Amino acid sequence: MTTRMELLRTMLFMRRFEERCVPLYQQQAIRGFLHLSVGQEAVAAGVGSLLGPDDSVVGTYREHIHALAKGVPADAIMAEMFGRISGCSGGRGGSMHLFSADHRFYGGNAIVAGGLPLAVGLGLADTHFGRSGVCACFFGEGAMAEGAFHESMNLAALWKSPVLFACENNLYAMGTSLERSAASTDLAMRAGSHAMPALSVDGMDVEAVIEATQRALVHLRAGQGPVFVEYRTYRFRPHSMYDPELYRTKQEVERWRERDPLTMLGDRLRASGELDDEMWSAMLAEVDDEIEVAVERAEAGGIEPVDDLARYVLAEVDHG
Amino acid sequence: MAEPAAMETEMTCREAMRAALRESIIDDDRVVLMGEDVGAYGGCFAVSSGLFDELGSERIIDTPLSELGFVGAGIGAALGGMRPIVEIMTGNFSLLALDQIVNTAATLRHMSGGQLGVPIVIRLATGGGRQLAAQHSHSFDGWFGHIPGIKVWSPGVAEDFRWMLSAALADPDPVLIFEHVGLYGRSGPVGARSDAGDPERAVIRRPGRDLSLITFGGTLPMVLDAATELFGDGVDAEVVDLRCLRPLDTSTMVESVRRTHRAVIIDEGWRSGGISAEVSARLAEHCFYDLDAPIGRVCSREVPMPYPAHLEAAALPSVERIVEAARAAMDATVVVETW
Ligand SMILES: Cc1ncc(C[n+]2csc(CCOP(=O)(O)OP(=O)(O)O)c2C)c(N)n1
Repeated sequence: MTTRMELLRTMLFMRRFEERCVPLYQQQAIRGFLHLSVGQEAVAAGVGSLLGPDDSVVGTYREHIHALAKGVPADAIMAEMFGRISGCSGGRGGSMHLFSADHRFYGGNAIVAGGLPLAVGLGLADTHFGRSGVCACFFGEGAMAEGAFHESMNLAALWKSPVLFACENNLYAMGTSLERSAASTDLAMRAGSHAMPALSVDGMDVEAVIEATQRALVHLRAGQGPVFVEYRTYRFRPHSMYDPELYRTKQEVERWRERDPLTMLGDRLRASGELDDEMWSAMLAEVDDEIEVAVERAEAGGIEPVDDLARYVLAEVDHG
Repeated sequence: MAEPAAMETEMTCREAMRAALRESIIDDDRVVLMGEDVGAYGGCFAVSSGLFDELGSERIIDTPLSELGFVGAGIGAALGGMRPIVEIMTGNFSLLALDQIVNTAATLRHMSGGQLGVPIVIRLATGGGRQLAAQHSHSFDGWFGHIPGIKVWSPGVAEDFRWMLSAALADPDPVLIFEHVGLYGRSGPVGARSDAGDPERAVIRRPGRDLSLITFGGTLPMVLDAATELFGDGVDAEVVDLRCLRPLDTSTMVESVRRTHRAVIIDEGWRSGGISAEVSARLAEHCFYDLDAPIGRVCSREVPMPYPAHLEAAALPSVERIVEAARAAMDATVVVETW
């Protein structure tokens, strides 16, 4: 069982890791699109704490912290964003395409809802081979408008594929709010129509996340088919690094910041005497040091020779 | 009525398309713009920025993430008498709507024996060069050019960004406009609508005597740069901007090559089965006896787009590769790119 202090540290690491990406992006060490999850850490940290090495994860383009939650090393993630060979995708994918087969982390998908069908199949394969693993598939509420969402939900329910459909409802798909894009904003009700349990939980409270996810996992691991969980959360930062945020007010963001998942858990730990200022500062320093090492290693990483450009298109078969 | 554009102003391709959208929507009640984040967000590439506030949510319609659904709805709205402009955020995402475009928009006129037509305009941002990797960077324009029943236009200069839209809206059939993201920030002169001419005719952007560089869309600026560099070396290249991939204006390219006797085709799409293959075949069919050198091609390397800058640059056409291919054509040799 992960302790509450461990959860706090995990979330802090995620937070500091992503905040460190911002200046790196401004310095153009990280390029392309960069989507941060700042504010949403309780979901990845909570769900991740309940998954084992046999379980798989499918993420989106906002997946750095899902990769961290699945145990992909911070070094390899940072190096990937730098486009280095030492990156978890060999530098080919970048921020939106983190992969780690060893960790059963299947991306890193920049097509909204593109990962959901994969999750159904990963679950199917686990069942087929009698393996105990389940697949945790993360996506935003915006993805629920895609056909792939509904097709995947039905397939998973029909085949009893062990998929945790983990919907991170942060209220906005880029600049389009849920009520401007969905006639029915009751996500669990919509999901429930696919004949699977559908829960809705406070995604800013990591302990609530864990409690709900645990219930879902009992069902999943008993072979009873998929579960949908709506984690109600919020992203504190813009959609990506280009977003002028014309669609929401600063006050709204401030109100949500009052429910910062780190503060919420931190306050509880202080109240129970498990955390004090000194411990917090030590934790912060330790986390930052670790992240700095990841940045230094990424910077020191090599780049692939241009002659290798055509690699990794098809399997490299040795015909010799 | 929107006020007429002033004669010969300088504007970016982004501003030009924005002016065209604004004008089309103000001038014609049947026209709406719909797509993901075209409204409140201001457009993923800021093309429609400001229009939502000015024209309102009934004319600038934010859609959910449902490419298949809203493209299909656009087709239905066109059948019902509207003139929808549907924006798909990038070419890669158009694949989610491929069924409606290819199986419905492109076929309805034929299947109905001519009773139905689909006057829809679909705008897509396309192309690479921004390190957006393998799900945001590809060029499917040539691939759509394979399909009878739709038209595929590709503006390469601000003037075409300004005037292609109204021509597309006036067209009774589905028109796809591929807008290369690398062009949005580039400026160019924009004159009167009549100066832009028929969008389905190719245009000679730079006359030259020694060889024809044939291209369109996002690669046009680098081809013009390559032509300048070649001129410094005493090679006078003609630059042909195809502008339209379906229907393909065969006569303009053929006439150019009959004058220059050498051709290099530059396309950001992949080489195998791409539009460069089609152009090359037409030149072989029409100009075989006029050619003094094998036809050259500069295309994207056949890999999904890699993320790191140096690999992406190596995957895409470049001035260097174009100059090299042009020199080879001048020497009557050919750089056969094998991948
Ligand atoms: C098929 C597809 N359409 C559009 C996009 C562009 N896009 C990227 S993220 C995004 C918003 C997605 O919102 P949501 O699913 O709620 O996830 P969030 O970004 O809030 O985490 C959009 C429209 C895309 N990547 N893929």
